[in-house]
Amino acid sequence: MNEILEKKQLSENVFGMTISAPLIANERKAGQFIILMVDEDAGERIPLTIADADKERGTISIIFQAIGATTLKLSKKNVGDYLPAVLGPLGKPTDIRGENGEKPGHVVCVGGGIGVAPMHPISQALKAAGNRVTIIMGARNKDLFILEDRMREIAGNDLILMTDDGSSGRKGLVTEPLKELCESGGIDEVIAIGPPIMMKFCSLTTKPFNIKTTVSLNTVMIDGTGMCGGCRVSVGGETKFVCVDGPEFDGHKVDWDLMMRRMSAYKPQEAVAREHTCNLYKGIK
Amino acid sequence: MTPKERMAIAPQAMPEQDPLIRARNMNEVALGYTAEMAKTEASRCLQCPTKPCMKGCPVAINIPGFLAKASEGDFEGALKIIRETSLLPAVCGRVCPQEKQCQKFCTMGKALGDIDKAVAIGRIERFCADLAREKANNNALSAAIHTPKAAPTGKRIAIIGSGPASITCAADCARAGHDVTMFEAFHKAGGVLVYGIPEFRLPKAIVQSEIDALKELGVKIELNYVVGRTRKLKDFIEKDGFDAVFIGSGAGLPKFMNIEGENLVGVFSANEYLTRANLMKAYDEKGHDTPYWHGKKVAVLGGGNVAMDASRMALRLGADKVYLIYRRSEAEMPARKEEVHHAKEEGVEFLTLQNAKRVLGNDDGVVIGLECHKFELGEPDASGRRSPIAIEGSEFILDIDTVVVAVGNASNPLIPSTTEGLEIDKRGNIVVNSETNMTSIPGVFAGGDIVLGAATVILAMGEGRRAAKGINDYLFKRP
Repeated sequence: MNEILEKKQLSENVFGMTISAPLIANERKAGQFIILMVDEDAGERIPLTIADADKERGTISIIFQAIGATTLKLSKKNVGDYLPAVLGPLGKPTDIRGENGEKPGHVVCVGGGIGVAPMHPISQALKAAGNRVTIIMGARNKDLFILEDRMREIAGNDLILMTDDGSSGRKGLVTEPLKELCESGGIDEVIAIGPPIMMKFCSLTTKPFNIKTTVSLNTVMIDGTGMCGGCRVSVGGETKFVCVDGPEFDGHKVDWDLMMRRMSAYKPQEAVAREHTCNLYKGIK
Repeated sequence: MTPKERMAIAPQAMPEQDPLIRARNMNEVALGYTAEMAKTEASRCLQCPTKPCMKGCPVAINIPGFLAKASEGDFEGALKIIRETSLLPAVCGRVCPQEKQCQKFCTMGKALGDIDKAVAIGRIERFCADLAREKANNNALSAAIHTPKAAPTGKRIAIIGSGPASITCAADCARAGHDVTMFEAFHKAGGVLVYGIPEFRLPKAIVQSEIDALKELGVKIELNYVVGRTRKLKDFIEKDGFDAVFIGSGAGLPKFMNIEGENLVGVFSANEYLTRANLMKAYDEKGHDTPYWHGKKVAVLGGGNVAMDASRMALRLGADKVYLIYRRSEAEMPARKEEVHHAKEEGVEFLTLQNAKRVLGNDDGVVIGLECHKFELGEPDASGRRSPIAIEGSEFILDIDTVVVAVGNASNPLIPSTTEGLEIDKRGNIVVNSETNMTSIPGVFAGGDIVLGAATVILAMGEGRRAAKGINDYLFKRP
């Protein structure tokens, strides 16, 4: 049983929670995720990225959008409540440029919606490894930005904000500044985390420039240990399991259309769980 | 009774739910013997002095011994004998492939020239175990608590996984006086007994009572704990003070066919398909959040027990038509005979000597058909089974909306890949000493599907038991 120690509402239906999970806090690395259940008997198992962790306190932080049956239930839980199941850390950690042999360089991190949450520990680790980190954050409007201050701490003047309605930063899509950066040269790697459609177009944007592009996928999972195969995606023509082979893959090789179709397999049932499901955000961690 | 009289007793049929009714509910298919039936069936045992049946049993239960007790109506006495060597009689009575084990060697079956007329050892075993559980009001009760426990040894054992191999190893270690902790990745203990084998074949209450019995024996169970990720195996020994570790994490990596269209929406591994229904109770839409795929025309690929379970589950999840597609003939099917029989009775259509070639999808990436082709049998292959050869130009398209791939499991690489020095073979199975089940790392043992590749519950139990003995020997020989 894992106690909820802190809860914050970050925007209209985005919440942040700090959960007691000493073993996970101790082992987790940037890029890894957990699977949790809110209701032990009748609940489903959903994957959520670890946004942050504190080894000393033995806690992990998660950020989620209340859009499905389980995230809605989770949003109703409060400090002092317990989660019956938290499993992790799962997946392979991010291969941080500068840590494993190659030279640090200039990395562009693109976070869409609450995709900024998993991007936070990754950009932090990139910075610590000596990279120049440019961060592009995108949201529908200014009220939906999360972790803006913390991302600014990491990127400083290299933080670019994009909104659909122009209420903050530039008006437009994250792919616009991404393309400009690619054109100006000197970019060694791009990491994109957000809705599948955003990751797809980021990958398409960087492809002509032949810049390494890493994406973090969040497909439907049950066990998270490679046992069910429900999370499988096609990467470079090969079937990969997001839970054990990922969650990060080469964005240029992912079969995005197939992945998005698989992610909407249970659309009718999910619509019942919540009348109003925004498909764009369904893929976000 | 003379042998002649015994041979004259009619084999007792197992009462079952009507096939067409049960195909639409999750309740257990086989209803179990009455006391009278169990007694009568046990009386058919010829009490052969050579006990041929025992050599077919992976844990060598004293079968004639317990049948003699059962034939006298002493079911408690019978169960006591079973429990000397088997830990999960209620489970094994239901899921063991008896016709390939004990009943294969039964003299009665041979004398009557029909293996189906062998003494129904498994059914009697099941009756004895069920009766005891009912008497105890379904409270925790099992081999474990009925067997004396040795004085505490002060040794600590970590058991990874909570399926049949792990349950057996944990119980034996606990009985030997060790302090045992079991680690399970899922939120419920029981492994394949809870996520894989369906309720209609093995009620989950039975599994739960076995798990409860383990707890009564003092075994601690840590759920939601994936060894290799939550903590490394070597940390158990180097940092956490465990004296030995048993890996019983199972096969757990579904194989696919590697055919076109296999990642379309509506194609599932049997593991996923069954886990959604069994562990996550997806079929109970009133109270459970996990969704399932509402397939109406389902093709299941494979010929093993898992393929039978998946095809029968498809009926229960509301399918109108279920095809079981197997590339050899029925004689080569690895499934238990009874499961094949049950699946057919319930209306699963068997398409043997056929195989899937390509999954067809619509513009939305959803399955709309399956291209199959036909096979004929050639010469026996390495496994001794006649190998199927594709017939050219035999392709045809099957109108289906769901595909379940049940062609087996490979070994899950999670523990080997995070445990330095753990030797595995070409197939990814952990290599162990065949007498002690110790791996290449001293103090680390393994058993069950992670060693054998996909096998059966009873074989996994046998491995767990041997490993427990190996652990004891290792701990006491060590200075």
